[in-house]
Amino acid sequence: MTDLAIEATGLTKSFGKTKALAGVDLAARKGTVLGVLGPNGAGKTTAVRILATLLRADSGVAKVNGFDVRTHPNQVRQRIGLTGQFASVDDDLTGTENLVMIGQLLDLPKKAAKARAAELLEWFDLAEAAGKKAKNYSGGMRRRLDLAASLVGRPPVIFLDEPTTGLDPAKREDMWDVVRSLVSDGSTVLLTTQYLEEADALADEITVINHGKVIAHDTPHGLKRVVGGQRLTVHPIDPARYDDLLTVLSEIPATAGRTPEPNGRGSVTIQVDSDDVLPDVVARLRAAGIKVDELSLHLPSLDEVFFTLTGTRSGESHAAEEVPA
Amino acid sequence: MSAMTLTGGTIGTTPKRRFNPRHALVLAKRNIIKSMRTPEQFMDVTLQPIIFLTLFTYIFGGALAGGSQHAYLEFLLPGMLGQTIAMTSIAIGQNLHTDIDKGVFDRFRSLPIGRAVPLIGAVLAEFTRYVTVCVVTMAVGYLIGFRIETDPLKLLAGLALAICFAACFAWVSVFIGLTVRSAGAVQGVMFLFIFPLSFGSNVFVQTSTMPGWLQAFVKVNPMSHLVSAVRGLMLGGPVGSQVGWTFAWCAILLVVFFPLALRGYIRRA
Repeated sequence: MTDLAIEATGLTKSFGKTKALAGVDLAARKGTVLGVLGPNGAGKTTAVRILATLLRADSGVAKVNGFDVRTHPNQVRQRIGLTGQFASVDDDLTGTENLVMIGQLLDLPKKAAKARAAELLEWFDLAEAAGKKAKNYSGGMRRRLDLAASLVGRPPVIFLDEPTTGLDPAKREDMWDVVRSLVSDGSTVLLTTQYLEEADALADEITVINHGKVIAHDTPHGLKRVVGGQRLTVHPIDPARYDDLLTVLSEIPATAGRTPEPNGRGSVTIQVDSDDVLPDVVARLRAAGIKVDELSLHLPSLDEVFFTLTGTRSGESHAAEEVPA
Repeated sequence: MSAMTLTGGTIGTTPKRRFNPRHALVLAKRNIIKSMRTPEQFMDVTLQPIIFLTLFTYIFGGALAGGSQHAYLEFLLPGMLGQTIAMTSIAIGQNLHTDIDKGVFDRFRSLPIGRAVPLIGAVLAEFTRYVTVCVVTMAVGYLIGFRIETDPLKLLAGLALAICFAACFAWVSVFIGLTVRSAGAVQGVMFLFIFPLSFGSNVFVQTSTMPGWLQAFVKVNPMSHLVSAVRGLMLGGPVGSQVGWTFAWCAILLVVFFPLALRGYIRRA
């Protein structure tokens, strides 16, 4: 059991009448990434706050590196780094001032704190902005500074709460590289996200939660086997060819006779079993003379994952559907 | 035992969390840097003493103290110092109220530092403002004719006593800042404390001129004790018992409001 860096069993937490967590189990082996996937309001942040000793669970046990967060919070705090929507930096201080302050709070001598700050700013490509106030940073710089702040004490366990929400795709890839290098240094990472794509790219195991409950726990490979692999989305230029397009798609062997799903804006999505289906699709579209302006392969969205796992749409869109049109 | 002492290693059920004064100084420095970058935050400790001291001296001076403005200034200045330095504490509650909802406090909570450290750091940073009040009040007073009748050491002792009182009174503001639901409400609630304290005291007039029932309040009012002690230290006369009462009130404020403030802080988490 000692190879678990993060271990939580039966966590519950209510805020008034709202049940944020209704019995959540989480486990991450040392040196791995655990992805916690779920929509807004699923309880991801509540779970992270409990593990990071910011919040006390109503019941259940949570341990970080073997230390109970309830009985040994200080030992836990010495071993964690926290970055996310909440744990952040001081807007009125510069990048350097923020990191030096945290170093000193972690009992580094001033000189060592300054050296560590400079090292991290360099590493996160923030050296030029080191003397600027954090409030003048761009979104991506700000996230990097947040992350740098949580790494000052070289923590073996790192919590990243939606580290890429709101970042553009290029910045997101940068953040993924950072996470990968943290793990290659031996750290354990718990990452929450709303994107299956992100969990797939980074996590060794994925726990899917919704309405405060775990609804799936698997490797990315296993999870994709359950929810299906790639989706093919096609949009015909000429809306009149829509029905022809459906026929062409249903004839492709990789779609295995599934029914294409229209997804609103005149485009259609179908699950495919093979990752190298595109040449076949292109050839068949050309033969049928159907011109398209969108053709993409992608992993299922969070909503599709939830639909497959639970038969209902995820929390948010479910609530939206209840509103009378 | 949830002994809420400054050195307490046992706050709540947290074991082995020692309070490190260095952590508090690091966070005090953070607050000082922040306030230096918004100098308008120093308005209440620079302009207010100037305006109040000159205004009250020339408004009341002619009518009170036998018509001698100089005599009234001598009487008023130690009182104004006490009132202004108490009013200074309104800002800390307001600032904490807005500061605490920002992400950086969650970062502090996730670090292995004492629970109360961010609050203690904020109060320590206030010392820069207290010293400013003292310097501005004495400078303006000196310009319009105030002179101490004791010696500089006693003057410094008087100022130190006022600062000590302010640092303890600040915990009332910290508590209110962490309890009320809007930053604006902090000022309203703090005035409920400060008005009776400063006007129901010997700041502006001698206690002996008041009706008996009011004298009863004025005589136990901590502000009266502080002002009497500072007056004695600046103008001469026996001060021992007044200094003692002031320290007693400081201890009471600390013992009551430090745990309340800490509890408010933990609840806001």
